Amino acid sequence: MTETVLRTSPEKRRFSVDMRALSPFIALIVLIIAGALINPDFLTASNLLNVVTRSAFIAIIAVGATFVIAGGGLDLSVGSMAALTAGVMILTLNNLGGGDLGTLALGMLAAIALSAACGMANGLIVTFGRIEPFIVTLGTMGIFRSLVIWLAAGGTITMRNFELRELYRPVYFDSIFGIPIPIIAFMVVAAIGALILYRTSFGRHVVALGSNEDVARYSGVPIWRVRTLTYVIQGICVGIAVLVYVPRLGSATPTTGLLWELQAITAVVIGGTALKGGIGRVWGTVVGAVILELVANIMVLSNFVSEFLVGAVQGAIIIIAMLVQRSVHRGR
Amino acid sequence: MDPVLRAENISKSFGPIEVLSGISLELRPGEVHAVIGENGAGKSTLMRILSGHLPPTKGSLHLNGRPITFSGPVDAEAHGIVLVHQEILLAPDLTVAQNLFLGREIRRFGFVDDKAMRERTRAILRELGTGIDPDREVGRLSIADRQLVQIARALLVPHKVVAFDEPTAVLTPIEAESLFEIIRKLRSQGVAVLYISHRLNEVKAVADRVTVLRDGRHIATRDIEGLEPLEMARLMVGRDMSKLYPEKPATASDQVVLTVRDMAVPDYVENASFTLRRGEILGFGGLIGAGRTELFEGIVGLRPSHGTVTLDDRNVHFRDAREAMAAGIVYLSEDRKGKGLLLQQNLRINLSLAALDKFGRGSFIDTGAEEKALDQAIKDFDIRTRSRDLLAGQLSGGNQQKLLLAKMMLLEPRIVIIDEPTRGVDIGTKEQIYRFIASLAAEGKAVVVISSEMQELIGLCHRVVVMRNGRVAGEVAQTDLSEDAIVYLATGVHEERAAEIAAGHA
Repeated sequence: MTETVLRTSPEKRRFSVDMRALSPFIALIVLIIAGALINPDFLTASNLLNVVTRSAFIAIIAVGATFVIAGGGLDLSVGSMAALTAGVMILTLNNLGGGDLGTLALGMLAAIALSAACGMANGLIVTFGRIEPFIVTLGTMGIFRSLVIWLAAGGTITMRNFELRELYRPVYFDSIFGIPIPIIAFMVVAAIGALILYRTSFGRHVVALGSNEDVARYSGVPIWRVRTLTYVIQGICVGIAVLVYVPRLGSATPTTGLLWELQAITAVVIGGTALKGGIGRVWGTVVGAVILELVANIMVLSNFVSEFLVGAVQGAIIIIAMLVQRSVHRGR
Repeated sequence: MDPVLRAENISKSFGPIEVLSGISLELRPGEVHAVIGENGAGKSTLMRILSGHLPPTKGSLHLNGRPITFSGPVDAEAHGIVLVHQEILLAPDLTVAQNLFLGREIRRFGFVDDKAMRERTRAILRELGTGIDPDREVGRLSIADRQLVQIARALLVPHKVVAFDEPTAVLTPIEAESLFEIIRKLRSQGVAVLYISHRLNEVKAVADRVTVLRDGRHIATRDIEGLEPLEMARLMVGRDMSKLYPEKPATASDQVVLTVRDMAVPDYVENASFTLRRGEILGFGGLIGAGRTELFEGIVGLRPSHGTVTLDDRNVHFRDAREAMAAGIVYLSEDRKGKGLLLQQNLRINLSLAALDKFGRGSFIDTGAEEKALDQAIKDFDIRTRSRDLLAGQLSGGNQQKLLLAKMMLLEPRIVIIDEPTRGVDIGTKEQIYRFIASLAAEGKAVVVISSEMQELIGLCHRVVVMRNGRVAGEVAQTDLSEDAIVYLATGVHEERAAEIAAGHA
């Protein structure tokens, strides 16, 4: 492959590298234009804010997934992990019983601690067990999911304290300066993620690890620590997403977070992160998550396709995104 | 004698870049025709055009006097032109016989006829002078045997022209010698052999005529009679190459910086002991697979190992490369593409990767400082690159090696271990790398050079430790440095035979 790369002129190559970074943004613009043509209600501030707000959970989780995937890993357990974290957080709040800010803070702390621990477990098993991350997280996906079903005894875990619900509600439904809080949360998470991935040694090490593990090891990169930390970051992102998710419904069920892993990975791939590692694009991921929600929104606003087929369309999108990635790659 | 295959004014362009221009070449039956040139001179492209893998942009091919165009390698094979690839292209889980007949199985009543294939495989291998078991899985063969299987596979079809692309790159001197026997046998059968290599001593030993390419142009075609390797090198590079090696720096001291006692790396090395002194260049010689790479990977913590490593009178044990680097020891892998550089990342990211801590500003990376370091490295190491934005994988082998050197030198090491410093590096760059290694020693650093090229060890090193079968076989002092001495220790073969091998090959 190096041969062919060598022979193409540098201008051409630079153009196609840019294509990879730009394509999610182009897709976003195309979708917005398409949406505006299909339904005049689409291009209203309230609809667009609503779409972005709804994409917040996936976007936050997908920022974590960007780290894992850029580092050459994969985490399928994020949906189940979110459900388990939400369930445990609500149970903790119910058991504490209070309706004050302190109780809420403790519950939030418990959620973050649990999700970070879940991520750490994934990371440690992958690094020290030397097992394919696909298998490890497939296993923990089943474990987390069935734990939440067991905790809920097959039913629903609901926040019981009414005061607490009222106290917590604004985190999903309120706005600051007209911007819904979930959007602010996800922009902050993305900004911190981008800062870590692009500007710190750790971020550089993640990319090196994903590019070529041996080179990283021979260059003195602490690969065990870096790899485990990517999964911990993924866990923390799941925790933050849960913090924004719980006030929306105030409950967790066995179907909470179902197929979120598909959406998170799709968002990452649409965003231009290489599934085999070595290239990570946090802002692309954010756009990818918004694109997924936009597609669902356009489907609801139009009458072309039943909205029950949203999952099918999102599944098709990840396949198309991979095809586009490869053709862009080949074009170099 | 009339040529069997003739190339006339062959040119080849990839996009706007012309990699071959106006090459003419004649292959006569019963001759070994070597094509030599630096990396990037166009040898492999020419070979791929002759064997039908690539169509020429301009010019024509003539087979037995008639013009011909090949639609692809299969078509060329049908006309009796076969290519033995440089890399091993075999299915490791299939047996020797299955590999030989892969895609052209002998069938009987619609089923594969294993018995017939086994018989023919055995016959062909015997003809090549080897007793490889046709039922053995290829993955369990040595590299040399795999190459034999590959040659056998190529010779299975009726052939008039056989092309070898750098066939000895992975072979030991003895294995190479038996390959030359095969080539001579082919020649005596009237086959035209095209032989591509950059090992000039080999070319001298095996070729009848030599064609030299430089920068995609035909420089000369000469009979081997009276053409010495030094002259070949001059033709390849275009300038006098008699001073390839720099003066050995007079800084070798008695001050021991590193002592290794009874080092063992499971499955590879046993009981290895040696000392390394300040300001010296210590060579490590031996055949491929003698355990040299593994020994040093063990010392710097890249492999599990046990033994006593004493650094400045202090016993140390490194658990990973990071610890070794912190103690001032760097190891540059022989596998530049697989273990040295991130081929898909740019020069800046590669340069700073090992010494990233030096580019910190708080917890963030100071990109400006990285850029400055890259400027400095490009200047200091003469890294030739069209643009600073290139990926490491787009550099030539020599420039990759320079980048790897620059990367590791950012760690300001006291002990530098370089594994195969000039593998895949063109001769002009070799000279620069040798000078750089000598300057490291002159600065008072201790340098270890692991190399399979005996000339390199002799030309560069103060002393050479030779390994054989995972053990240290002995040490050759500067005054005794000779190919015979090294080959003897490396092979354990008595000296007359060693001299024979050395004269015939290396």
